[in-house]
Amino acid sequence: MRFMMVVKATQDSEAGVMPSQELIEAMQRYNEELVKAGVLLAADGLHASSNGIRISYPEPKGKPKIVDGPFTESKEIIAGYTLIEVKSREEAIEWALRMPDPHGFGEGQIELRQVFEAPDLMQDPETLVKEAMLREEMKRLNQS
Amino acid sequence: MANETHRTIDAIWRIESPKLIAGLTRMVRDVGLAEDLAQDALIIALERWPETGIPDKPGAWLMTTAKRRAIDFLRRNKLQVQKYEEYSRSSPLFTELDVNAAMDGEIGDDLLRLIFMTCHPVLSKDARVALTLRLLGGLTTEEIAHAFITSESTIAQRIVRAKRSLSAAKVSFEVPAGEELKERLASVLEVIYLMFNEGYTASSGGNWIRPLLCQEALRLGRILAEIASSESEVHGLVALMEIQSSRFRTRVNDQGEPILLMDQNRGLWDQMLIRRGLAALKRAERLGRPSGPYVLQAEISACHAEARTAAETNWMRIAALYEALSRVMPSPIVELNRAVALGMVFGPAFALQLVDVLASEPTLHEYHLLPSVRGDFLMKLGRMAEARIEFERAASLTTNDRERELLLRRAEECKSRDT
Repeated sequence: MRFMMVVKATQDSEAGVMPSQELIEAMQRYNEELVKAGVLLAADGLHASSNGIRISYPEPKGKPKIVDGPFTESKEIIAGYTLIEVKSREEAIEWALRMPDPHGFGEGQIELRQVFEAPDLMQDPETLVKEAMLREEMKRLNQS
Repeated sequence: MANETHRTIDAIWRIESPKLIAGLTRMVRDVGLAEDLAQDALIIALERWPETGIPDKPGAWLMTTAKRRAIDFLRRNKLQVQKYEEYSRSSPLFTELDVNAAMDGEIGDDLLRLIFMTCHPVLSKDARVALTLRLLGGLTTEEIAHAFITSESTIAQRIVRAKRSLSAAKVSFEVPAGEELKERLASVLEVIYLMFNEGYTASSGGNWIRPLLCQEALRLGRILAEIASSESEVHGLVALMEIQSSRFRTRVNDQGEPILLMDQNRGLWDQMLIRRGLAALKRAERLGRPSGPYVLQAEISACHAEARTAAETNWMRIAALYEALSRVMPSPIVELNRAVALGMVFGPAFALQLVDVLASEPTLHEYHLLPSVRGDFLMKLGRMAEARIEFERAASLTTNDRERELLLRRAEECKSRDT
């Protein structure tokens, strides 16, 4: 299953303050660890929202409204994401916990969200167990 | 709460166990013993962590605990005393470094040695796959059994026997060199690709796709690409698996029936996996080595991935790549595919001639794709009665239920169009 670790923006990231060299290095080490564990699919950091554009639809079926950044409420703004492929929700949490505090100063926040996938891909061990049991049952029926 | 901790410990185990087992194998030189020691550490964690909470560096904790057990074991058995003494002098007991070392080369090298061990040619293919899933994938016996739709005891026995065979054969914990490296690496890649294919096209039974195996194979391939990054075939295999995985969503319809490549909705192909596959192929090319079978197969797969519509497929290039593939990996199946590609360029009548030459090939006698491909060309030529016989023959040869249904449907279609 795939999870996206969404790193939220802070006042600093919104102000375009670059993270410390130490944090950059810690993040690089973390990404390397993800790569070496074979779980990293993609990771990117985003420019501050002052560079962003927001398109909204204030009226149903109406014309879109285009607003240039920056946007307020930094906690609602995304600063970057890391997409991983793991076997369980717990594994995703474990990896998210190992990410360095993205901003420090008590403002860091990571949100973990599961990515929609085709139902086939989401077959959890439980479904597989059921399927296997069904198969065993069929085998027995065929033999008797 | 305790339950939740157990699930977290499972997740930590999956992340840490391959590194743990690899590091311990280096220490005790026996993969079975290494796994037992790692399991001991896991059991202690399962007892303690629900009460004490999970340590900050769970990997380091497990490694330290397992190493203590290892040293106890070596001491108790008075075996390899010298090695133990050497070891305890050179390596402090509590080392966060062990886990941090995962970041530099050392544990990566141990993982590489471990995968060469679990994919050793002294083991049967089934044993190699099961042992690799267990020791490098961190999967439980139960999970492996479910993936292969077999009983847990079968897999457990297979793994026990495999570990015994490795000890008996005194298989060493090292990365082979020179000519041997080539052969042994081929075995490692074969195991991973077998795993992937077993998941992608279950060779028997009704389930077309077994996702856990595919994901596991892909993950192992991605790991291998980092720890054996100078091997172009490793990147070729990863590219092949990434690109094939990009078609997961479109490979079957709602009823679980297969959809042929040419009929798939390309808009649903996973573009991220395609990009990853193309990037892996670039890494292979940058090494500047002659293309091996995996790189060539990945390039063929990439041709399809890059065609925005089926009609845009560069069949001439695909035919040329099959030609190159048949040189490094001569096989009538590759010839058959080349014939299909040439058929797309020069028409079904020409391709039928090529296929008819192959029909005398004894290895293809029982191969369902030969009549299936013949049927396809005959159908395009309007020779419905002959096409129908071919599809029916193909249906009788395949072991995949879903595929059989598809082939029988095509036979029916020929019947209804045969006027």
